[in-house]
Amino acid sequence: MASTSTAEIAALDEALQRPPSSLWRDALRHIFRKRSAIVGMVILGILVFVAIFHPLLAPFDPTKSMLDVPEQAAAGVHKRMPPCIHLLGCPEDQPQHILGTDGNVRDLFSRILYGSKWSLIIGFTTVGFAIVIGTVLGGVGGYMGGWADNLIMRLMDVLLAFPSLILAIAIVTVLGPGLINALLAIGIVSIPVYARIVRASVLSVRETDYVEADRALGVGHFRLLFHRILPNALTPLIVAGTLGIATAILDAAALSFLGLGAQPPMPEWGSMLGAERNQVFSAPHLVFFPGVAIMLTVLSFNLLGDGLRDALDPRLNR
Amino acid sequence: MTGYIVRRLLLAIPVLFGIVFVVFTLVRLIPGDPCRAALGERATDEICDAYMERRGLNEPIPVQFVSYLGELIRGDLGDSYRQGRPVTEMLIERLPVTIELSVMALLFAVSVGIPLGILSAYRQNSSVDVGTMVVANIGVSMPVFWLGLMLQFIFAVVLKNTAMALPPSGRLSAGVTLDPLYVTWGWQVSGGLRTFLDFISNSNLFNALVTGNWAVLGDSLKHLILPAIALGTIPMAIIARMTRSSLLEVLGLDYIRTARAKGLGEGAVILRHGLRNAMLPIVTIIGLQFGILLAGAVLTETIFNLSGVGRSLYEAITARDYRVVEGFTLVIAVIFVVVNLVVDVSYAYLDPRVRLN
Repeated sequence: MASTSTAEIAALDEALQRPPSSLWRDALRHIFRKRSAIVGMVILGILVFVAIFHPLLAPFDPTKSMLDVPEQAAAGVHKRMPPCIHLLGCPEDQPQHILGTDGNVRDLFSRILYGSKWSLIIGFTTVGFAIVIGTVLGGVGGYMGGWADNLIMRLMDVLLAFPSLILAIAIVTVLGPGLINALLAIGIVSIPVYARIVRASVLSVRETDYVEADRALGVGHFRLLFHRILPNALTPLIVAGTLGIATAILDAAALSFLGLGAQPPMPEWGSMLGAERNQVFSAPHLVFFPGVAIMLTVLSFNLLGDGLRDALDPRLNR
Repeated sequence: MTGYIVRRLLLAIPVLFGIVFVVFTLVRLIPGDPCRAALGERATDEICDAYMERRGLNEPIPVQFVSYLGELIRGDLGDSYRQGRPVTEMLIERLPVTIELSVMALLFAVSVGIPLGILSAYRQNSSVDVGTMVVANIGVSMPVFWLGLMLQFIFAVVLKNTAMALPPSGRLSAGVTLDPLYVTWGWQVSGGLRTFLDFISNSNLFNALVTGNWAVLGDSLKHLILPAIALGTIPMAIIARMTRSSLLEVLGLDYIRTARAKGLGEGAVILRHGLRNAMLPIVTIIGLQFGILLAGAVLTETIFNLSGVGRSLYEAITARDYRVVEGFTLVIAVIFVVVNLVVDVSYAYLDPRVRLN
């Protein structure tokens, strides 16, 4: 065989000098190649921007009736005004409300901007809570095995046997309506998903040689579980968590819609929609816009979650 | 196969027991007492004491639980505190509404979702594929109640006075009624048979279909279209996505290439060879939609003013009607368990390699 050409040696050299690519770096590279994931990240980026800077972006106070603003009242503002944008031909003498006003003569656009903060808080807190509790339950169950595992997983089975929203409604009724209680309820009903994921990955690595070796070296149970075993569950947890945020936001909006979650006058999208649902025939914009806001938020997490799943899955060859 | 089914049903008993226990405890933790919820805030203490005594609500909770279990085993779900009639009677009235709605929603989801998924997989990366997936992604992200309200607005307001107009709520138009089957057929029935006939008669679609009452059938269908689409959209999107990914995986396999090489038409390759093997995950996902349908039923039934199980359950929870909550939840859980079993058994039919044991 002919001797290796200089070009090949150069290529080999370069390959050796390249830093080893990690799972996360690979994932990042793949996710930026996926159109849908990028769309998701862009929507989420805008949402985070709005959620941080809403006090600067909102033209009005989200909880203040426009009738209490002298110049607005003088210009003839009234409740459930349809959207009015001066640039698009709305008469100049009418006060401008991009998305109209609601039943209490508040500016809908400002309320929707403020709502972005709540929807992000709802998504992250419920899923964060569920992941922490689910990880502890699933980790302990999988690591200990035996009766503890049996007890925990049967409990999870019972939780899974209910349609999640119905269980959440029952829990909120016990705790009393309110945003915090609704978050707690949604958190509780999402625990089983994460507990199962963690348990599965604990079971898959519990008997591996490196864990065995650590055990032989006398590493304690706590350190073994949290430093050696659980990091393996991180990837599926991140994917499930991102998709879980989408579900949590939808469930929280449903609870608020039924009057069990956020209470008025808090500018939360689900409760805004619920408050005006009987006006859908006369003032559809009051139902339409909050729903679109919920949909875009949920969509962004769904797209990002799907992208992460594909990017982090080492079985997919790209 | 029979052995497997029996074993699975036996295994479901502890889970069902757990459900009864959780619901029983949870319902009794709801603040406020059922007496004042039923009789109003102005009920005096004496009246309430008598009320609670009569329903055994003054007994210690464990005693109540044991006597409730005893009733359950005898098939008695107790009486509603608010309406004073048996929970089973309410179930007979309302379960058919929910079943009808869920079946129509699932029918919509499957009959739209699977073809969309097949089309998407067959024309991978084409504009059809991208379009379908955009629709599917938006579909899973829509709040059910928002979609329902928007459909009402579009079909009852925007399209009013056109051929496309649809009724925004209710089950039948005003003035349209439907008799139970035994009345229509002039049967004299009583007892269990009557209960059973009542139950199936309350499904307007089924009732109108077997009695050949086409006017009512059409009216009933018209009222069901919007709620079924609202409820079925999320499952439709999920089914479309699953069909696409599952079929894509199968279409990359060697035997598909073989089938094409021996000259089979594309239709036979995709549908007979591809889809059959891609069906397993699709059936799983269809089975899993049942929970989504039941949860969505609470919202859909509220918006479309249908008195089904979902809406009754929500009303019973807020009214602290213990017996109704317990009975309805238990029935929902049983349906859940049975549907999961049917899904598992259907694996063996779809894939002969699956051995049930």
